[in-house]
Amino acid sequence: MPTTDEIKQRIESAIPDATAEVEDWTGGGDHFRATVVSPAFAGLSRIQQHKLVMDVFAGEIGGSIHAFSVKTQTP
Amino acid sequence: MSEQQTENPLRDAISEAIRDNEVILFMKGTPEAPACGFSMRTVQALQATGAAFAAVDILPDPRIRQELSALSNWPTIPQLFVGGELLGGCDIVTEMYESGELHEALGVEAPAAAGPGPGETADPGSAPLGIENRLG
Repeated sequence: MPTTDEIKQRIESAIPDATAEVEDWTGGGDHFRATVVSPAFAGLSRIQQHKLVMDVFAGEIGGSIHAFSVKTQTP
Repeated sequence: MSEQQTENPLRDAISEAIRDNEVILFMKGTPEAPACGFSMRTVQALQATGAAFAAVDILPDPRIRQELSALSNWPTIPQLFVGGELLGGCDIVTEMYESGELHEALGVEAPAAAGPGPGETADPGSAPLGIENRLG
Protein backbone atom coordinates (compact mmCIF):
# COMPACT_ATOMS: atom_id res chain seq x y z
CA MET A 1 0.00 0.00 0.00
CA PRO A 2 1.53 3.33 -1.02
CA THR A 3 2.02 6.06 1.57
CA THR A 4 1.20 9.74 1.08
CA ASP A 5 4.95 10.50 0.96
CA GLU A 6 5.52 7.91 -1.75
CA ILE A 7 2.67 9.28 -3.79
CA LYS A 8 3.96 12.83 -3.38
CA GLN A 9 7.46 11.81 -4.47
CA ARG A 10 6.23 9.83 -7.44
CA ILE A 11 4.14 12.75 -8.69
CA GLU A 12 6.95 15.23 -8.18
CA SER A 13 9.49 13.08 -10.00
CA ALA A 14 7.16 12.27 -12.88
CA ILE A 15 5.78 15.73 -13.66
CA PRO A 16 8.20 18.56 -14.49
CA ASP A 17 8.65 21.07 -11.66
CA ALA A 18 5.63 19.74 -9.84
CA THR A 19 4.88 20.24 -6.20
CA ALA A 20 2.29 17.95 -4.73
CA GLU A 21 0.37 17.89 -1.51
CA VAL A 22 -1.07 14.49 -0.76
CA GLU A 23 -3.42 13.52 2.01
CA ASP A 24 -4.88 10.22 3.04
CA TRP A 25 -8.53 11.07 2.77
CA THR A 26 -10.02 8.41 4.99
CA GLY A 27 -7.01 7.29 7.01
CA GLY A 28 -7.38 3.86 5.45
CA GLY A 29 -4.36 4.11 3.17
CA ASP A 30 -6.30 3.64 -0.05
CA HIS A 31 -8.19 6.90 -0.59
CA PHE A 32 -5.87 9.74 -1.51
CA ARG A 33 -6.35 13.34 -2.36
CA ALA A 34 -3.61 15.20 -4.22
CA THR A 35 -3.21 18.84 -5.11
CA VAL A 36 -0.57 19.20 -7.79
CA VAL A 37 0.94 22.45 -9.02
CA SER A 38 3.07 22.36 -12.15
CA PRO A 39 3.84 24.62 -15.10
CA ALA A 40 3.41 21.49 -17.23
CA PHE A 41 -0.37 21.92 -16.89
CA ALA A 42 -0.39 25.23 -18.74
CA GLY A 43 -2.49 25.12 -21.87
CA LEU A 44 -3.91 21.67 -21.13
CA SER A 45 -7.57 20.90 -20.56
CA ARG A 46 -8.54 19.70 -17.10
CA ILE A 47 -8.91 16.17 -18.32
CA GLN A 48 -5.40 16.26 -19.81
CA GLN A 49 -4.01 17.73 -16.60
CA HIS A 50 -5.63 15.05 -14.50
CA LYS A 51 -4.48 12.36 -16.90
CA LEU A 52 -0.86 13.44 -16.40
CA VAL A 53 -1.30 12.79 -12.69
CA MET A 54 -3.39 9.63 -13.08
CA ASP A 55 -0.86 8.16 -15.49
CA VAL A 56 1.77 8.15 -12.74
CA PHE A 57 -0.32 5.49 -11.04
CA ALA A 58 -1.53 3.60 -14.07
CA GLY A 59 -2.79 0.20 -13.05
CA GLU A 60 -2.87 1.02 -9.34
CA ILE A 61 -5.94 3.21 -9.31
CA GLY A 62 -8.89 0.95 -8.79
CA GLY A 63 -6.49 -1.62 -7.33
CA SER A 64 -4.30 -0.83 -4.34
CA ILE A 65 -5.40 2.81 -4.59
CA HIS A 66 -9.16 2.61 -4.33
CA ALA A 67 -9.83 6.26 -4.88
CA PHE A 68 -7.62 9.07 -6.02
CA SER A 69 -8.89 12.61 -6.03
CA VAL A 70 -6.90 15.18 -7.97
CA LYS A 71 -6.80 18.92 -8.14
CA THR A 72 -4.39 20.52 -10.58
CA GLN A 73 -3.11 24.09 -10.74
CA THR A 74 -0.52 26.04 -12.63
CA PRO A 75 1.87 28.12 -10.52
CA MET B 1 -3.22 1.58 -27.65
CA SER B 2 -4.51 1.26 -31.21
CA GLU B 3 -8.22 0.92 -31.83
CA GLN B 4 -9.05 -2.73 -31.92
CA GLN B 5 -11.16 -3.82 -34.81
CA THR B 6 -11.75 -7.21 -33.26
CA GLU B 7 -15.26 -8.27 -32.49
CA ASN B 8 -16.14 -6.66 -29.20
CA PRO B 9 -19.88 -6.02 -29.00
CA LEU B 10 -19.75 -4.56 -25.51
CA ARG B 11 -17.09 -2.02 -26.40
CA ASP B 12 -19.02 -1.15 -29.55
CA ALA B 13 -22.19 -0.70 -27.50
CA ILE B 14 -20.36 1.62 -25.10
CA SER B 15 -18.90 3.65 -27.99
CA GLU B 16 -22.34 3.94 -29.55
CA ALA B 17 -23.90 5.04 -26.27
CA ILE B 18 -21.24 7.74 -25.90
CA ARG B 19 -21.78 8.85 -29.46
CA ASP B 20 -25.57 8.79 -29.34
CA ASN B 21 -26.07 10.57 -26.03
CA GLU B 22 -24.96 14.19 -25.82
CA VAL B 23 -24.46 13.87 -22.06
CA ILE B 24 -23.86 10.43 -20.60
CA LEU B 25 -22.65 9.45 -17.16
CA PHE B 26 -21.14 6.07 -16.37
CA MET B 27 -21.56 5.56 -12.66
CA LYS B 28 -21.84 3.09 -9.82
CA GLY B 29 -25.52 2.64 -9.10
CA THR B 30 -28.31 4.78 -10.51
CA PRO B 31 -29.07 8.50 -10.20
CA GLU B 32 -31.76 7.59 -7.62
CA ALA B 33 -29.49 5.23 -5.73
CA PRO B 34 -25.81 5.98 -6.31
CA ALA B 35 -23.63 3.19 -4.95
CA CYS B 36 -20.54 5.31 -4.33
CA GLY B 37 -19.95 8.77 -2.92
CA PHE B 38 -18.07 9.91 -6.02
CA SER B 39 -20.91 8.87 -8.29
CA MET B 40 -23.35 10.56 -5.94
CA ARG B 41 -21.53 13.88 -5.99
CA THR B 42 -21.25 13.80 -9.75
CA VAL B 43 -24.96 13.06 -10.16
CA GLN B 44 -25.83 15.87 -7.75
CA ALA B 45 -23.72 18.36 -9.70
CA LEU B 46 -25.27 17.25 -12.98
CA GLN B 47 -28.79 17.38 -11.61
CA ALA B 48 -28.15 20.82 -10.19
CA THR B 49 -27.43 22.13 -13.68
CA GLY B 50 -30.86 21.02 -14.86
CA ALA B 51 -29.34 19.42 -17.96
CA ALA B 52 -30.74 16.15 -19.23
CA PHE B 53 -28.31 13.26 -19.07
CA ALA B 54 -28.20 9.56 -19.73
CA ALA B 55 -26.85 7.31 -17.00
CA VAL B 56 -25.34 3.85 -17.13
CA ASP B 57 -24.82 1.73 -14.05
CA ILE B 58 -21.51 -0.07 -14.53
CA LEU B 59 -21.93 -2.38 -11.55
CA PRO B 60 -24.10 -5.16 -13.03
CA ASP B 61 -21.27 -6.41 -15.25
CA PRO B 62 -17.56 -5.83 -14.45
CA ARG B 63 -16.79 -5.96 -18.18
CA ILE B 64 -18.58 -2.63 -18.68
CA ARG B 65 -16.04 -0.86 -16.50
CA GLN B 66 -13.17 -2.76 -18.10
CA GLU B 67 -14.21 -1.83 -21.62
CA LEU B 68 -15.12 1.73 -20.66
CA SER B 69 -11.73 2.40 -19.08
CA ALA B 70 -9.98 0.80 -22.03
CA LEU B 71 -11.88 3.14 -24.34
CA SER B 72 -11.52 6.31 -22.32
CA ASN B 73 -8.07 5.65 -20.88
CA TRP B 74 -9.46 6.82 -17.54
CA PRO B 75 -9.20 4.46 -14.58
CA THR B 76 -11.95 5.53 -12.23
CA ILE B 77 -15.73 5.74 -12.11
CA PRO B 78 -17.73 7.96 -12.58
CA GLN B 79 -16.96 9.18 -16.08
CA LEU B 80 -18.94 11.94 -17.71
CA PHE B 81 -18.98 12.27 -21.49
CA VAL B 82 -20.25 15.37 -23.24
CA GLY B 83 -20.50 15.48 -27.01
CA GLY B 84 -18.64 12.20 -27.32
CA GLU B 85 -15.64 13.38 -25.28
CA LEU B 86 -14.65 12.49 -21.73
CA LEU B 87 -15.17 15.62 -19.67
CA GLY B 88 -13.96 14.10 -16.43
CA GLY B 89 -14.71 12.23 -13.25
CA CYS B 90 -16.02 13.43 -9.93
CA ASP B 91 -13.22 15.94 -9.24
CA ILE B 92 -13.42 17.69 -12.58
CA VAL B 93 -17.21 17.70 -12.72
CA THR B 94 -17.62 19.14 -9.22
CA GLU B 95 -14.85 21.68 -9.80
CA MET B 96 -16.46 22.76 -13.07
CA TYR B 97 -19.86 22.89 -11.40
CA GLU B 98 -18.57 25.20 -8.71
CA SER B 99 -16.91 27.51 -11.21
CA GLY B 100 -19.95 27.58 -13.51
CA GLU B 101 -18.01 25.93 -16.34
CA LEU B 102 -20.17 22.82 -16.17
CA HIS B 103 -23.27 24.77 -17.16
CA GLU B 104 -21.36 26.18 -20.07
CA ALA B 105 -20.07 22.76 -21.12
CA LEU B 106 -23.60 21.36 -20.96
CA GLY B 107 -25.11 24.34 -22.71
CA VAL B 108 -27.50 25.27 -19.92
CA GLU B 109 -28.20 28.44 -18.01
CA ALA B 110 -26.88 29.06 -14.51
CA PRO B 111 -28.77 27.07 -11.82
CA ALA B 112 -31.05 29.88 -10.71
CA ALA B 113 -32.41 30.26 -14.23
CA ALA B 114 -32.52 26.58 -15.15
CA GLY B 115 -36.00 25.12 -14.90
CA PRO B 116 -36.99 21.52 -15.51
CA GLY B 117 -37.49 20.80 -19.17
CA PRO B 118 -39.85 18.36 -20.76
CA GLY B 119 -39.23 14.68 -20.10
CA GLU B 120 -37.18 12.63 -22.49
CA THR B 121 -37.85 9.08 -23.46
CA ALA B 122 -35.16 6.43 -23.29
CA ASP B 123 -33.34 5.70 -26.51
CA PRO B 124 -34.43 2.20 -27.49
CA GLY B 125 -31.10 1.61 -29.21
CA SER B 126 -29.36 1.97 -25.86
CA ALA B 127 -31.29 -0.85 -24.22
CA PRO B 128 -28.39 -3.35 -23.88
CA LEU B 129 -26.58 -1.03 -21.49
CA GLY B 130 -29.69 -0.07 -19.57
CA ILE B 131 -29.32 3.62 -20.28
CA GLU B 132 -31.91 5.91 -18.85
CA ASN B 133 -32.32 9.52 -19.77
CA ARG B 134 -32.66 11.76 -16.80
CA LEU B 135 -33.65 15.26 -16.05
CA GLY B 136 -32.14 17.04 -13.12
